[in-house]
Order: sequence, then structure tokens, then C-alpha cells
Amino acid sequence: MSASVLFDAPGPRARRRHALLAAVGLLVFLGLLFLVYRKMRDANQLHADMWKPFLTDRSVWRDYLLHGLWGTLKAALISIVLAGVFGLLFGIGRLSTVAAVRWVSSVVVEFFRAVPVLIMMIFAFGLYTSNGVFANDVNPLAAVVTGLTLYNGSVVAELVRSGVYSLPRGQGEAGLAIGLTPSQVLRSIQLPQALTAMLPALIGQFVTVLKDSALGTAITYGELLSWSKILGSNFANTVPAYIVAAILFILMNYSLSRLAVYVESRLSRRGRTTLHEAAAVPAPAAAGPQT
Amino acid sequence: MGNGLTISTLLSAFGSTVLLAALSAIGALVLGTVVAVLRVSPVRVLQLLGTWYVNVFRNTPLTLLMVSSILGATFILGINLDPTSIKGNAFRWAVVMLSVYHGAFVCEALRSGVNTIPDGQAEAARSMGLTFGQSMQHVLLPQAFRGAIAPLGSVLIALIKNTTVAAVIGVSEAANLMQVTIENEGSGLSIFLVFALGFVILTLPLGLWLTSLSRRLAVKR
Repeated sequence: MSASVLFDAPGPRARRRHALLAAVGLLVFLGLLFLVYRKMRDANQLHADMWKPFLTDRSVWRDYLLHGLWGTLKAALISIVLAGVFGLLFGIGRLSTVAAVRWVSSVVVEFFRAVPVLIMMIFAFGLYTSNGVFANDVNPLAAVVTGLTLYNGSVVAELVRSGVYSLPRGQGEAGLAIGLTPSQVLRSIQLPQALTAMLPALIGQFVTVLKDSALGTAITYGELLSWSKILGSNFANTVPAYIVAAILFILMNYSLSRLAVYVESRLSRRGRTTLHEAAAVPAPAAAGPQT
Repeated sequence: MGNGLTISTLLSAFGSTVLLAALSAIGALVLGTVVAVLRVSPVRVLQLLGTWYVNVFRNTPLTLLMVSSILGATFILGINLDPTSIKGNAFRWAVVMLSVYHGAFVCEALRSGVNTIPDGQAEAARSMGLTFGQSMQHVLLPQAFRGAIAPLGSVLIALIKNTTVAAVIGVSEAANLMQVTIENEGSGLSIFLVFALGFVILTLPLGLWLTSLSRRLAVKR
């Protein structure tokens, strides 16, 4: 779409130039690929023994990668549910008619959006282990979920708020005109529409949660990255293990992003307004794509 | 606060956070601009290469890139960016990986800037008789950059926070110092608040300034 704004339809000379540019681009890409290939070959990483276990050895999947995937999905699912609750609570708080509630919610949301997730995870992990808050083997999971919930919950709170703001003013005014109280208007008119509008952005946020769960490796949580590290040292195929882990992450996240695009196009076909990820969180301070 | 954490160690840790963020921001801007040019170019092959880059690096966890830069690239493939010191190698790899990862987001921010331009702007410029170069220089690019300020600001703030991920490969920045401090003295709320406050100071004023800048420079439509 952007190409059509910037460029005219090419004539014969431009088409020749484009073919040349395409060839140059392809050559540069193949050159880079060759450099990677040579490095891997010199380090003996392309040997069939390095890659075969992924296809032939069932324990690679059963004892390592599936454990890792389960750890990643478990942390991400718990976090996104809790973040939804947190976000709804503080998002409504920021829309409250009571100034004190609005103010407290704003401070909480802005604070947790400005603090890096890893900092929160490390603190929560230290707190839980030194006080024995959970069982020893649950502490890492709890810390990961805490960090992910606080950050992503704040982002969801912003989504809720901007979802309500994105509705036509007439929606709220009509509700007030028929005699509903402001909180009734919010609950039965604005929120249902806002939640539908923010659905694509929420699915997009799940990608962030999945990626950020890999930070759990810093506090000994057994997710996909940690398990592929162990796999790499047990099978002496570190580089292939990381590449496979990256491919698994990319497959999960890419299909989620496609789902978000699909849901958005479905909603807008039905004439609903939707929130784009980029436009969704315009408020001052720290938003944007996290890890 | 215990006596393990002094003002000078704190300042030097946040100093390397800032240095890491500044160098990676430059790297990400350069890489992201190149990829954005590929993605908006009229050449199909270049567009595909750009799209491929964005999809790969936007969907890979930064933590995985960081960890594999040391355990994979340095130890196995033998790509050492600073043979004289382990810390130096880790720092340089952190800059490379932060740039590569955020380059994908910079590309998308620039592209969304281009997408804010209505078709009519380009058509009007061409029908006035401006050449391709002139319409780019005077009409399209100024609008594209103004539209890209807000999303670029979000990327910059995310980058500052993501420098903490370099702690997993032992770069001595803020999160690393926090981890060491907690290991030595236990996890106190005051330690968390000190580090959290450091990041609030780094990101909040910057975010406010960038938002006001993008509002002031927004193209009125």
C-alpha cells in the first residue's frame, strides 16, 4: 500500500532498474547466507549428527522441547488472564468519575509501564524465595507471572481506556440521556464495545507475553529457551537447538499476529472500529513493543 | 538499603545502561531505516527481504538472541567481537543484538509514518509537475518523518527498558547490579524501588517530551 503512495507505475526503464536492484539485493542476501553457512560449516555445526536428533530421537521432543513449550505456554496463559483482570480493573479505574481512584490508577499504570519486566521478575523471585511465599519449585513460575502480569496488565489498562475513548461520543451521551448513571453507561454500553474493539490489540499483546516469558530463563524458570539450552549441552548441538527454539517461537508468534490481523479485518468488515497496536497506546510515557 | 549498594556503583551501572541504549539506538535506527527502505521500495524482491527480516526478528525473543550470541556465536562459532576481554565481547554482542532486534520495530515505525500520508498528497505533488525527487523531498518525506515520531519514541523507550536483557549475558548494567545485590543482601523493597525509579527517570520524561513533540509536529489533517 505504501509503495503506491510513493511511486508511480514503472515504465520500461524503471522496470529494468528494478530488475537490476532485485538482482543486487538477492546477491547481497545470498552473500550473507553464504557467510553464515561457512561459519557454521567451519564450526562443524552443519554435520548431520547435530540435526538428526530433532527428527529421529523422540526424547529430544518428549524430554526437552515439549517441556519447554509447556513452560512457556503455561506462564503466558496464566499471565494473560491475570493481566486481563488487572488491566480491566485499572482501566476502569482510570475512567472513574472519582478523582482519587483515577489518580491512583494512573500512577500504578504509568509506573509498571516504565519499569522493565526483568527488573520486576528478579525482584519478585528474590522476594518469593527469601520469604518462601510459594513452594520452591513454583517460585520461578510465580515470579515470571508476576512480572508479566504487572507490565502487560498496565498495557491492557491503557487499551481499555483508549478503547472507550475511541467510541463515538454519542454512545455515552445517548446512555446518559435515557437516564443511565455514568457507571451503568460504562458497564453496559461503552465497555462491551471497547472490549470488542481492543480484541486484535489484545491478541497482539499475547505475542509480547510469549516473547517476554523467555526472560524467565534469567531466574531459572524452565521455559523453551532454558530447555533448549539444556538440550544443546546434553546433545552437544547448542547452535541447532537455539535455531529450532527460535523457529518454534517465530511460528507461534507469527500465527498469533496473523490471527490478530484476521480478527481485525473481520471486525472492520462488520463496521466496527478497531484499535491498532500502534495507535492503541498513545498516552504519555512508556508504551510500545516490549521484548 | 544495605552497604553493598553505593551511589557510585549505581551510577556506573545506570551509566552502562545509558551507553548501551544510546549505541543500540543508533544501530537500530540505521538498520531499521535500511529495512524500511527495502519494504517501501517498488521492487518485489527487496520488499520480500525486508518483510522476512521484520517477521523473523520481531517474533524472536530478545533473550534468545542475547543468550545465543554468547553460548552460540562466541563459544561455538568463535565470533569474538572483543578478544581482549570477556566483558567487552558481551557488551558488543548486546549492542549488536539490541540493534538487530529493535531494527525490525524501527522499520515498522517508519513504515507507519509513510502510511499516514494520504494518496492525494503524492498525486497532488505529481500533478503540480514536481519530479519524483522533488515530491519526495518537499512533500512526502517531511510528512512521513513527522508521522513516525510517536511510534519511534515508543521503540526508543522499549529499547531503554530492554537493555536490561543484556544482564542474562553478564553485561554489568542496572538489572545485573540488581541481581547481584539481591543475591548478596536479599530482596528488599527499597532495592527494587531504587532500580525502578532509575528507569522511571530514564523513560518517563523522555516519553512526555516525545509525545508533546509528536503532537506539536503532527500534520494537521
